[in-house]
Amino acid sequence: MSTPSATLSETGTAAVREITLAQAIREALAEELRRDPTVYVMGEDVAEAGTPFKVLAGLVEEFGPQRIIDSPISEAGFTGLGVGAAMTGMRPVVDIMFGDFIGLIMDQLANQAAKVHYMSGGKLKVPLVVRTTLGATRRSAAQHSQSLHAWVSHVPGLKVALPSTPYDAKGLLKTAIRDDNPVVIFEDKMMYQLKGSVPAEEYTIPFGVADVKRAGTDVTIVATSSMVQVALAAAETLEQLGISAEVVDPRTTYPLDKHTLIESAKKTSRAIVVDEGYERYGVTAELAAVIAEGAFYYLDAPVRRLGAMDVPVPFSPVLEDQTVATPATLTEVAKTLCGRA
Amino acid sequence: MSRAKTSEPQLTRREPAVPERERWLRMYRQMLRIRLFEEQVNDLYKTARMPGLAHLYSGEEGVAVGVCEALLRDDYITSTHRGHGHCLAKGASIDRMFAELLGKAAGYCRGKGGSMHIADQETGNLGANAIVAGSTGIATGAALSSKMRGTEQVVVCFFGDGALGQGVLYEVMNMASLWKLPVIYVCENNLYNEYTPYTETTAGDLCARAEAFGILSQQVDGQDVRAVNAAASTLVARARRGEGPAFLLCDTYRYYGHHVGDIQRTYYRSKEEEEFWRTERDPIALLGAWLVAQGMADAEALAAMKAEAWAEVEAGVQFGLDAPFPEASEVDQHVYA
Repeated sequence: MSTPSATLSETGTAAVREITLAQAIREALAEELRRDPTVYVMGEDVAEAGTPFKVLAGLVEEFGPQRIIDSPISEAGFTGLGVGAAMTGMRPVVDIMFGDFIGLIMDQLANQAAKVHYMSGGKLKVPLVVRTTLGATRRSAAQHSQSLHAWVSHVPGLKVALPSTPYDAKGLLKTAIRDDNPVVIFEDKMMYQLKGSVPAEEYTIPFGVADVKRAGTDVTIVATSSMVQVALAAAETLEQLGISAEVVDPRTTYPLDKHTLIESAKKTSRAIVVDEGYERYGVTAELAAVIAEGAFYYLDAPVRRLGAMDVPVPFSPVLEDQTVATPATLTEVAKTLCGRA
Repeated sequence: MSRAKTSEPQLTRREPAVPERERWLRMYRQMLRIRLFEEQVNDLYKTARMPGLAHLYSGEEGVAVGVCEALLRDDYITSTHRGHGHCLAKGASIDRMFAELLGKAAGYCRGKGGSMHIADQETGNLGANAIVAGSTGIATGAALSSKMRGTEQVVVCFFGDGALGQGVLYEVMNMASLWKLPVIYVCENNLYNEYTPYTETTAGDLCARAEAFGILSQQVDGQDVRAVNAAASTLVARARRGEGPAFLLCDTYRYYGHHVGDIQRTYYRSKEEEEFWRTERDPIALLGAWLVAQGMADAEALAAMKAEAWAEVEAGVQFGLDAPFPEASEVDQHVYA
């Protein structure tokens, strides 16, 4: 469990740079493309355009159009190609531009990729990576703003990663590419320009290992992806109010590091789960249930949940900004939970 | 975009050519094995010895055998819910097929897949798929993989007329054509989308759908295994040379219902129609008559082949019935690799 700063102190090396989350993803892909000739990238506008977010800029120059492949606008089709290629010796990285479009690829993910290994009695494998995005507040309205990671987290056979820092983004993506299972990675599109410390030397981050982003003693805030920065900001405010918040980032919703979540809640006796997916039937519900089951006798209050408002994401800023947790709303929930409201 | 029926098979095999008589006799034997296998499956259902349902391939044997005999062992196929014939034609063994259908540990998928999900990596079978058109992406991706890895493997994607209604088929055919992928889309038109005549669901010309993508299309009599094999051989050789995908439309008929439990069928097709296909258009009888006419076999030899195939099926079903079920503890194995 190493935060970027912890890595710096642990390794004692000066070879740590500040790079953006987008650069971290690009580095992970470039390193794996160099290391393994079976890795390829396919998606809409991934080559010369480098995606609308420019995350992949420059890859086609190094690896050529045979490995950085522009596809037609056919998400189901090229994800299906990814499944078949993965079953026969390749390691495809499929780019789904907006997370909302996983509705278009759900059969390929849930009925094909997730089930091939099981249905074949363990003979066939699908080492497929689907990279996509989540996150609202970009004024992109209802079909380009959703955070739908709960949908795929629900399906046995899939793994789901949610990086919240450049360090995690690089390490988790490299692990995803080397994993023999289908993995869906959700990147917060509002976070691509976030900078953070990333070592120059190679590393990977194992799945199923939560990261304590900030240690604390009074309340546990379990936060995913885009909500990690929100939680860290809230923790700063809470600190000034005399409340010590511990911020725990599961990093993968499956496999899930239940142990770290439960132990943190046992220590602090209070827990809030914050996630940008819709609140109802969502990731917050699952994580809260894990904590409630595992730490029940240690809790001083019911576990609180803070997900996205259960409405389609609206366009107007005054409407949209209400739908997602902010440091202010999270701080209020934490204060109430700690009897300080 | 020729739709002409090819008269003679083109040699595509990298292994030594098999004499013509032996090839046709082998196809006859393979079709018989599938037919008798399916009859035994129907019997298992009717006698309540098999869990679940099965979709029988009887009547369509000429397609699976004609196509798979044009393939090499390491070529790939993807199959459908009506997939027993494809699996057997690609080389699956009868005993392990029965074991899978009966949910036994000795089955191809350790009993986890059942009738609709048989996969056999050793014979290049990437799996039967119970989502209509569900394997079209997989097949096309395997063809992309073959091209990227430079292995010259060809992929055959089997599907029925029902799959023509699924959009993903057209997405992947577009990419297969754009990138000249070595994949043959074999459409088995057995005239019915489950319980509905395909004419009520499918507009326009079927081959034109593939031709719109610049994909070479051919239509062939699926009850004539020699014609199927000739067409498939040409298309497979072409794909192996890197000349791109093809669409092979095979006109055929399923003797039984959509599945074994579909026995009252008169609301969607007549008994006379069924009888016509069984008596006039049976792929095994047609090849048998041709073999006799050509002097390649006599009635006695054909009967001996049938007896031999029946013995294999009987032994296979007994193997499946006797085989142990998987340990209950296997239920959560193989969820992740």
